[in-house]
Amino acid sequence: MNAGDTAWVLVSAALVLLMTPGLAFFYGGMTRAKGVLNMMMMSFGAIALVTVLWVLFGYSMAFGTDIGGGLLGNPFEKLGLNGVLGTGDSATLVGTIPEIAFVGFQAVFAIITVALISGAIADRAKFGAWMLFAGIWVVLVYFPVAHWVFDFNKDAEGNNIGGWIGQGLGVIDFAGGTAVHINAGAAALALALVLGKRLGFGKDPSHRPHNLPFVMLGAGLLWFGWFGFNAGSALAANATAGLAWINTLAAPAAATLGWLIVEKIRDGHATSLGAASGAVAGLVAITPAAAALTPGWAIVLGILAGAVCALAVGLKYKLGYDDSLDVVGVHLVGGLIGTLFIGLAANEGSPAGVNGLFYGGGFELLGKQALGSFAVLIYSFVVAFIVGWIINKTMGFRITEEHEVNGIDISVHAETAYEFGGRVGSAFHPLDEALRARHVEAPIETQIKVES
Amino acid sequence: MKLITAIIRPEKFDEVRGALESYGVQGLTVSAANGYGRQRGHTEVYRGAEYVVDLLPKIRIEVLATNDQVDDIVDVLISSSNTGRAGDGKVWTVNVDEAVRVRTGERGNAAV
Repeated sequence: MNAGDTAWVLVSAALVLLMTPGLAFFYGGMTRAKGVLNMMMMSFGAIALVTVLWVLFGYSMAFGTDIGGGLLGNPFEKLGLNGVLGTGDSATLVGTIPEIAFVGFQAVFAIITVALISGAIADRAKFGAWMLFAGIWVVLVYFPVAHWVFDFNKDAEGNNIGGWIGQGLGVIDFAGGTAVHINAGAAALALALVLGKRLGFGKDPSHRPHNLPFVMLGAGLLWFGWFGFNAGSALAANATAGLAWINTLAAPAAATLGWLIVEKIRDGHATSLGAASGAVAGLVAITPAAAALTPGWAIVLGILAGAVCALAVGLKYKLGYDDSLDVVGVHLVGGLIGTLFIGLAANEGSPAGVNGLFYGGGFELLGKQALGSFAVLIYSFVVAFIVGWIINKTMGFRITEEHEVNGIDISVHAETAYEFGGRVGSAFHPLDEALRARHVEAPIETQIKVES
Repeated sequence: MKLITAIIRPEKFDEVRGALESYGVQGLTVSAANGYGRQRGHTEVYRGAEYVVDLLPKIRIEVLATNDQVDDIVDVLISSSNTGRAGDGKVWTVNVDEAVRVRTGERGNAAV
């Protein structure tokens, strides 16, 4: 066990957890004022639900001993985190860190992957239906896919018993381009299709973001946490973590420029929403590639991802699906760009140690990267669509039109985000019985002291 | 008596108010307004999607004036709110039959 590595991974895990509240701000600012709380609640709901499932059996499904073909870990092996505890020499290790630290680090990945999906269904999903979907999807899709991509176990004879994509096929996905971003993006596309468009999609001017400073704040928190996401994925405080850290700085910076240049040319203005979106697109793209590219290539990848994602977010208007906050345009497209780019620009000198097309590696790596990407994309899309469709046909996934018009915050959560004063016809009723009696009995003059 | 209504740019309000006070106007009513004239509104772009914002924020000022003050006050309003650019607003007057000061019951010009 290495204390330095352990400390770094524990700190990284905390950084990654902060990404989900960051995402809540990023997404919340982009919705209308009457739906911001619901948007943020979908992220906080993911933290609560996924954490519980992860501790109970999720970790075991993802990182338990493989039960066949690299498809799934044994869900019963580490049920309730049984068998991963212990102190000193009795602690089980992953690399040089205690397994229990690894459990925490991987937990926060599962959380944010689920939260990312919610951006596609802003303003119109029943909260209960969302929570049910989140629970089923994370079990049927995320836990297995995390096993496919992130489990590198070998048995005593050195045979591969890890996941079929990462360990079996040799796809390079350092911190989750496939398992996190393509996975979430594909599920988001499926849900956008199941739920249909928001009322007034593409027409109603009130659909524009209600709080761009929230969006910038959220993007900042995401970027901060992403250093834990990528550099923490080295699972050690070493040079690989250092490279991942620098690439996590360089690629989003370049992507911000890429997005803003597209905006300036296409729309005439470089916008704050564009800057925040460009940074996130760059972070998504560098995630799988953080330890496979030199910082110079990270900049090239960033500019490419920023520019392409800026163009991709317009697809929903052309194709007519309401991926409200562009999970597809940013995470699916950005994840694909980053994962495939590894097949081009990876080089042997990097910690990943493999050559891509540009370094004489031929098409082999590119082919593997494509296979891994599309396997996750198709699996996630199909399962999310089926689960979403069943929920929609049984309990219903959408709120009523009336509730959507009134605002999902007030109709689903009985709250509003902002009090601007002057709400005509409202009254205050204390919930406490004794307080209510006093409130009703007391004449108004004694309650409000009027300055004469 | 006349009621003068002026629609002006929000950023010109302080200047207009100062000019009216310098002239000797004793009271006015101000409200926030939204609207558009010949120049229409503006366009905002979010992730490449355009939203047309037609109703622009304006300030509406209402001043009650006696007949002999009206032309001067209109001149003061126009000169203090003019920037020479589209969207400067409009000033108009209408006849007022009667005005009463609520506190004292004074009527007519005395109430202005």
